[in-house]
Parts: sequence; structure tokens; C-alpha cells
Amino acid sequence: MIDYLWIIPLLPLAGSAINGLLGKRLPKTVISIIACGTAGFAFLIAIGAVMDLIRLAPGERHIVRYFFTWIASGDFVAKAEFLLDPLSAVMLLVVTGVGFIIHVYSIGYMHAEDGYYRFFSYMNLFLFSMLILILSDNFLLMFVGWEGVGLCSYLLIGYYFDRRSAGDAGKKAFVVNRIGDVGFVLGIFLIFVTFNSLDFGEVFRQIAAGEVRFPVETGVGTLTAIGLLLFVGATGKSAQIPLHVWLPDAMEGPTPVSALIHAATMVTAGVYMVVRCSPIFSRATVALEVVTVIGIVTALFAATIGLVQTDIKRVLAYSTISQLGYMFAAAGVGAFSAGIFHLMTHAFFKALLFLGAGSAIHALGGEQDLMRMGGLRKYTLVTHSTMFTAALAISGIFPFAGFFSKDAILWSAWANGHPLVWLAGLLTAGLTAFYMFRLIFLAFYGKERFSAEARHHLHESPPSMTVPLMVLATLSIVGGFVGLPAWLEMGPNQFFEFLEPSLALAYHPEHAELSHNVEMGFAGISVLVAIIGISIAYWLYVVRPGSAEALAERMRGLYKLLLRKYYVDEIYDAALVNPTVTGSRETLWNGIDVGVVDGAVNGIGRAIHASAGVLKNVQNGLVRSYAAWILLGAVAVLFYIYMLR
Amino acid sequence: MDILHYLILSALLFTIGTIGVILKRNVISIFLCIELMLNAVNLSFVAFSSYLNQVHGQIFVFFVMVVAAAEAAVGLAITIVLHRNRNTLNVDDADIMKW
Repeated sequence: MIDYLWIIPLLPLAGSAINGLLGKRLPKTVISIIACGTAGFAFLIAIGAVMDLIRLAPGERHIVRYFFTWIASGDFVAKAEFLLDPLSAVMLLVVTGVGFIIHVYSIGYMHAEDGYYRFFSYMNLFLFSMLILILSDNFLLMFVGWEGVGLCSYLLIGYYFDRRSAGDAGKKAFVVNRIGDVGFVLGIFLIFVTFNSLDFGEVFRQIAAGEVRFPVETGVGTLTAIGLLLFVGATGKSAQIPLHVWLPDAMEGPTPVSALIHAATMVTAGVYMVVRCSPIFSRATVALEVVTVIGIVTALFAATIGLVQTDIKRVLAYSTISQLGYMFAAAGVGAFSAGIFHLMTHAFFKALLFLGAGSAIHALGGEQDLMRMGGLRKYTLVTHSTMFTAALAISGIFPFAGFFSKDAILWSAWANGHPLVWLAGLLTAGLTAFYMFRLIFLAFYGKERFSAEARHHLHESPPSMTVPLMVLATLSIVGGFVGLPAWLEMGPNQFFEFLEPSLALAYHPEHAELSHNVEMGFAGISVLVAIIGISIAYWLYVVRPGSAEALAERMRGLYKLLLRKYYVDEIYDAALVNPTVTGSRETLWNGIDVGVVDGAVNGIGRAIHASAGVLKNVQNGLVRSYAAWILLGAVAVLFYIYMLR
Repeated sequence: MDILHYLILSALLFTIGTIGVILKRNVISIFLCIELMLNAVNLSFVAFSSYLNQVHGQIFVFFVMVVAAAEAAVGLAITIVLHRNRNTLNVDDADIMKW
């Protein structure tokens, strides 16, 4: 099946083209079959290809398929080449698998929407771009996919383009992502200048072989610069501080979009890229430290904002930012495979949380405010139970998927000598458990706070929505078992072993081996913290409803600060947006454009008009005056010829 | 006789013609003044022809005469049309061709 690798991205592309070009005339059933069929077949072929990959010996799991030469200009060659190795295999399965599930869910969720075909065309196009991103074997092709997913993200955030806020959110996402992309592009340039190649294999081989003058860098150097520039791209795409501002606004898009693009796949592209470039990052100490700090600070920062948000999707958005921060922190402390592990489990339970939230919103006829939900447990059995599972998974309760991946990250942070990262991670884990169960309790427990009209058509979602929920819930439970930690005494971590060939060229610093008992103890601590978080949420929102408001009243300043998201948007508005707008309007528009450009054009016109007003008097229609002018001219010419020459 | 006398006479005639063209209002008068200017030039042509003992000047005079005849034909026709349409011979009354 590996020979059919090229079909995997082309299937969604074909689906996108058919639905995009002909969808307006096709019935909804046909559109759904095309969109889900292409995604589903891509998933099946992906499974086949990965199976083939696993059958190979671990050392040979690096399949490169060449298709054609895209650009050849002098020394510079960019090939259309796909790479299938354990890392891209994991991403491939996550993207096509979760993508397919969300496509199926969308049939139910979007059935009443206008532009049904447009939605599925964009979704398929997104899958295509994302697959290009993860399968590419060089930085340039990766960048093509990178931009492609950015475009689809923009199109889908602005899906309800008749709403001004959706259009604004789309533009914000697009602009913020461009800022990150500048860094990414500069990083690619620097890679080409340094290594004279953009192929992953060639670049990483040169780095690992130490051919290009740097050993492990301790200070600032070329690798550090490359790493930092690439990381700027990753902060944009993966919504890390300071470019995180677009992701919460991106919730303007339809919920399946939030689940697929802004939780499970696209936003993790930055993590994937950092892990893919592990040979670079692991040797660029400063860059790696920046990754760690940004990651863990983002994780903590976003989790605190998530504590007080009342829009169900915004809570999940901040949770996503926070979990992405976790993944970066994992990569930063050198635990690249733990980061990818968390990426995978997070794709399961966060997609589930979004889809479940979508199901709840759907049940209430579009209500997103947690304060106007409550007591949904009785009406939406499947949604409630699956979301509860996902919340347990993200909180890191044993034995759900999130436990294994989060524990792997926290343990790596401690074991690799970053106790502060561990502490912040632990705190974040507690906060995560709290805000996630706050969401569950507010939405599904307690008094029913929705309107009588909402109660009237309150219903559980159709099977096309609940079945994907159940599938994802299963994955959220068992997904972690692929990477059972070593301390369970069942052999080494299978998932990490599997990823090992992809990370072979990374630089692995030596660390003291700590005993399994210590590791088990640390796992116990993180579960304990999660349980404390859940208990507080239970106390505040179920046992004593109303006490949360009282607490907020007591800590008014802090509450306001969190509710307004640390005023980051306001600061950006004041520091960047408004000066740009004002400067453009006052200086560039009213000053330079109106004053200088228009002034020059109008000035020339006015000067000609004025001089013509004087000169026109010469042409007065009087023959005698013309004769006099001719005479004068002749005299002047003669005077010039005989007197001045 | 010295050539200078011819040239002075020619210049005088040309100047009179020029002043007449500029100052006169009657079309016929202007017309006559133009003829005067042409013939002043003819005079200097033949004077130089004789002085230099070359025939070129005399040939030029014939050309000028032909042009003057053609100009007289066209100019008088215009004058007649002007008189018919405007009932005037004053050139200052025919000044609508302007800005």
C-alpha cells in the first residue's frame, strides 16, 4: 500500500474539486458521500500504508517516494516527494482518522446550513493541505501545505461570512498567521543558505554528521537562529504566546471546523514541525529553551483564562492553547516523542470535546453560553457520557488516554532536569481538570437555565453525530494504551520505541536513570492534583451552586483580569492595531496619498489649466493679431540668428 | 546703380506692406499689402539676380508670381464668401475662430 501513498492527499483534493465546482447542483446526499467517502478511503489507504511501514525493520522505516521535480533552478531543486516514517505515520493516521470522523459528524451538524457543498469542499481541501504538510519531505513542500491549511482555516472561520464577527475573526487569524509565516519563511531561507538544500534527509544528515561547522551549540549561532525562526512560525500556527490571539476568535467558525482544524490537526502542525526538526532544535540549546518557556508559560496562561470563560467553545479554545503549550514544553525539554504522544491523544479527546460541545449547542438550538445551559444530562445521554469521558481524559485520570501522554510529559520535564516546568505543568494539570469539569457541571448538571423555547425542541443529536462521539470516546479511553509507560513493568514504551527512528538524528543529552518507583510516584501526584481540581469544581458548581459567583465577587480584580484575557487583545489594539490604522489613515491616506500623490496629479492639472488661461488669450481669432505674432516670431528668430549666434 | 538702392527700396516696400497687414482692417487692403510684401521680395530677387549675374533669382520670381496668383484666387474667393455671409469686409468682425 505504500506505493499508493500519493493517492492519500489526492482523494480529498478530488472531493474538494467536485464539491466545489459542481456541488451547487448536487443533492446533499451526494455531497456527503463524496466528502466522507474520499476522507474515508484516504484513511483506509493510510492504514494500509502504515501497516506496510510497521512490517519493515525499525531501522528501515523511512520511505521516500519521489513523484516529480517541482522547481529546478541552478543549484536549487525542490522535489515533490513524500516521506513516510513513524512520525508522519502517526500524523497521517490522526489526520485522516479524526478527519474522517469529523466529516461524518458534519453531515448531521451542518444539514440545515446554506452552502453545505462549500463547507465540505473547504474541509476536503483542508485535509489535502494538511496531508501535504505532514507527508512532505522538504521544507518548501511543507510550507505549501502550511499555507494551504492556513487558507482553509481562514475560509472556514469566515464560513458564516454574513456575520461581521466571523469575517473579522477570519481576517485576524489570517493576519496573525502571516506574522508567524514570515519567521518560518526566513527560517527556510536560512536553512537553504546554510545547507544548500531543503530536503529533510539532507539537511538533518549534515547537521547530525557535524559537517557544517557547529557541534552542539551552547550560545547563539546559525542553528539557534534557524530554530528560533522556525519556532516563530510554530507560534503563529499553533497559537502560542504572543500569537495566540487568533485561536479563541476562530471559534466563530462552525463547530466541526473548531474540532478538526482548531483543536485536532492544524494547530498541532507547529508541534509536528518542531518535532520533525528535532535534529535542529536538540542542538540549538537557546532555541530549545525558548520553546520550553513559551510552551509552559502558554500552558499556564491559557489555562487560567479558561477558568472563567462562559462561552463553551472559548473554554475549549483556551484549553487547546494550553494543551498545545504542553506539547511545546515537552519538545522543549527534549521529550519529542512525548509531545507527539500528547498531540495524538489530545486530537482524540479535544475533537471529542468540541464535537460534544457542538452536539450540546445543536440540542439547544445554537446556545453557546454555559450560563444558559445546565441539566442537559437528562436529555442528551450520549453527548453527556462521551464528553464526561473526554473530560476525564484531558484531566489525566488513569487509565484514560490523556493520563499517559500528560504523565509522559511531566515525567520527562522532571527527569530531564526542569523542575520548574514540571511544577508549572502540574499546576496547569490541576487547572485543566478544574475548568474542564466546570464546563461539564455547568452544561450537564445543576438547574436548567435555558429558555422555555429551547426546552421545547431540546433533543439528542442524530446518529451521524453521536456515533462519531462514541468512536472518539473509545479512542479517548484506549488511545493511551499504545504508549504504556515503562513503570507498569510491561516492557518499554511501545509508542516511543516506534517513534525512535524518526528522532534518531536528534541530539540526546544524557540523563540519570531514575527508578520506576519514583516515576510511579510522580504519576500518582499528577492524578491527585487532577482529582483535587475536579473536586473543587464539583464543590463550587454542584454541591454549592452560586459559591463560584461569590468567589469571583471576592477576588474581583483577578476575575476581571482573567475574564478579559489579561487584556492582551486590548494591548495589541492599543500598541499595534490602532497605531497602524491611525497611521494609515492620517499619514498614509490623508497625508501621503491625498497630499502628495493626489496633490502632485491635481497640481500638474491645475498648473496647466492656469497657464492655459493666460496663453489662450493669444488665440483671439483676430487675423491681424496673428499676423503681428508671426512678425514678432520672425523678428525674434532673425534676432537670434544674427545677433546672438 | 548700386544694389543697395534696390534693397533699401525693397525693404521699404516690405515694411509698408507689413505695417499695412497689421494695421489695416479692410480685407482688400490687407490683401493688397500682402501683394506689396511679395513684390518687395521679388524686387530683391531680381536685383540679386542681376548683381550676381545668375538666373536663379528670376526663376524664383516666377514661382512667387504663381503663388501670388493662386493666393489671389483663393483670397478673393474667401473675401466674397465673407461678404456674402457677414455682409462686412472688416477682418475684426470675423473673429469667432478662437478659444
